[in-house]
Amino acid sequence: MKEILKYTMYDVVRSKWAIAYTVFFALLTTTFLLLSRDINSSIISLMSITLVLVPLISTIFSVIYYYNSRDYINLLLAQPVARKSLFLGQYFGIASALAVCIAFGLLVPFFIFNLAGSGLIKSTLTLVGVNIMLTYIFSAIAFFIALKNEDKVRGFGLAIFSWLFFSVIYDGIFIFLLAIFREYPLENMALAGSIFNPINLSRILMLMQLDIAALLGLTGAVFTRFFGQSFGWILAMTMLLLWFVIPLLGIVRRSMTRDF
Amino acid sequence: MIRIENVSKSFGKNQVLNGISLDMNEPGVTAILGPNGSGKTTLIKCLMGMVLPDGGEIRFKGDHIRGKHLYRRDIGYLPQIARFPDNLKVKELITWIANVRQQPDQRDKFVEAFGVSGILDQTLGTLSGGTRQKINLILAMMHDSPVLVFDEPTVGLDPVAMVMLKNLIAEEKRNGKIILISTHIMDFVEQVADRIVYLLDGDIYYDGTIPDLKEKYGKSSLEKVIVSILSQSVEEVSEPTNGMATHPKVFI
Repeated sequence: MKEILKYTMYDVVRSKWAIAYTVFFALLTTTFLLLSRDINSSIISLMSITLVLVPLISTIFSVIYYYNSRDYINLLLAQPVARKSLFLGQYFGIASALAVCIAFGLLVPFFIFNLAGSGLIKSTLTLVGVNIMLTYIFSAIAFFIALKNEDKVRGFGLAIFSWLFFSVIYDGIFIFLLAIFREYPLENMALAGSIFNPINLSRILMLMQLDIAALLGLTGAVFTRFFGQSFGWILAMTMLLLWFVIPLLGIVRRSMTRDF
Repeated sequence: MIRIENVSKSFGKNQVLNGISLDMNEPGVTAILGPNGSGKTTLIKCLMGMVLPDGGEIRFKGDHIRGKHLYRRDIGYLPQIARFPDNLKVKELITWIANVRQQPDQRDKFVEAFGVSGILDQTLGTLSGGTRQKINLILAMMHDSPVLVFDEPTVGLDPVAMVMLKNLIAEEKRNGKIILISTHIMDFVEQVADRIVYLLDGDIYYDGTIPDLKEKYGKSSLEKVIVSILSQSVEEVSEPTNGMATHPKVFI
């Protein structure tokens, strides 16, 4: 698996799209740092954009890479390598390359502006960490969908829908339910609803870290109380881990049973 | 070495292999022939473990291959389509495959033979189809595997590379290797193959030598024999007996 991962990563990191992805984040971060004097608000603005863009780019990139690699997957399948190792190696290669792009794109401007000693390094690292987690999660979901669907158009459509669902539709349904049940105490429902969406969960973890959960009002207070406890933190991380592990198990299972 | 027993495979309603049985134990070149969609690539992919048969079994050196991968250490495989990761260099791809296999290799010999030593630092996305096919052949042959499986090896090759390929196949044959080739180029088959396995509609229509096949059909070239078989097949389909198209198996 190590060799498959290593060379897939080489291939992805050198592609012009990966380079453009890194440069885009670097420019975005630089722009926010230059335009806003308050680094804290720069991080919040960056968070709002990356929580939408990172899952989208991870989804699109993983699906396209998988479908393009179908042309040479037979060459790899003909080697003495277990299918599981091959596809996990490929998945980790793509996701790790994208994670490197994000880390460089976000961190380099922070270091160029010499913000390491600003006291916000922890928040910056949390921003990077959350986006790396989202990269691995959405790449795994997209890779599984692509592996499951031979038809490229269908696979691409389903993968984009999965992103759309977690980015937009989920929140729409969530707000709709909150509106319907507004007569009832909703804090626990809001808490539960947030936990089952990796993007929402990442946003909350980020807000907790920046200590601005108070902006969320009563719900924020509930979140602070819940995530402030070690149990809440462990539960949140466990849920993110599950969002990563379940598609990964799907990749392993599907790779063992399908024809190539 | 290779035993294929009663292997069947369908994709949806399309029955591609109908219980095919085949043994390959003797060194030499076996050509798998047949029209488009006859099941050649599917049969080869079943042997390589890429396609999982619905029924029957395949043994390599006496062991079942299903769910196993280490048996592929003894097989050099050339895929039908020569496509590689676009952003890797030629030498990186060769090193990648060598690292994955963890076996001694003769990369220099084959890089020299196919005349690609000057492009080792080029990225694969910039190569022409013919050059990619040469790289494909190097990857398949460089590990000195006792079994070589080539799916359409001549695609895109220039005449010089074609002559080189024939010479290398002859050399590998002399070295006692079992070589399995699927191709549509009959001149190539006549020059390199010892045995023909002709597939038609997922069945083995003919399994034997080229001289015996020519004698049976009274034709001077393999190409004419194939045309004759296909014309006969078309007539049988257009004038079915008892409502069924039949393809009698011929063993010589």
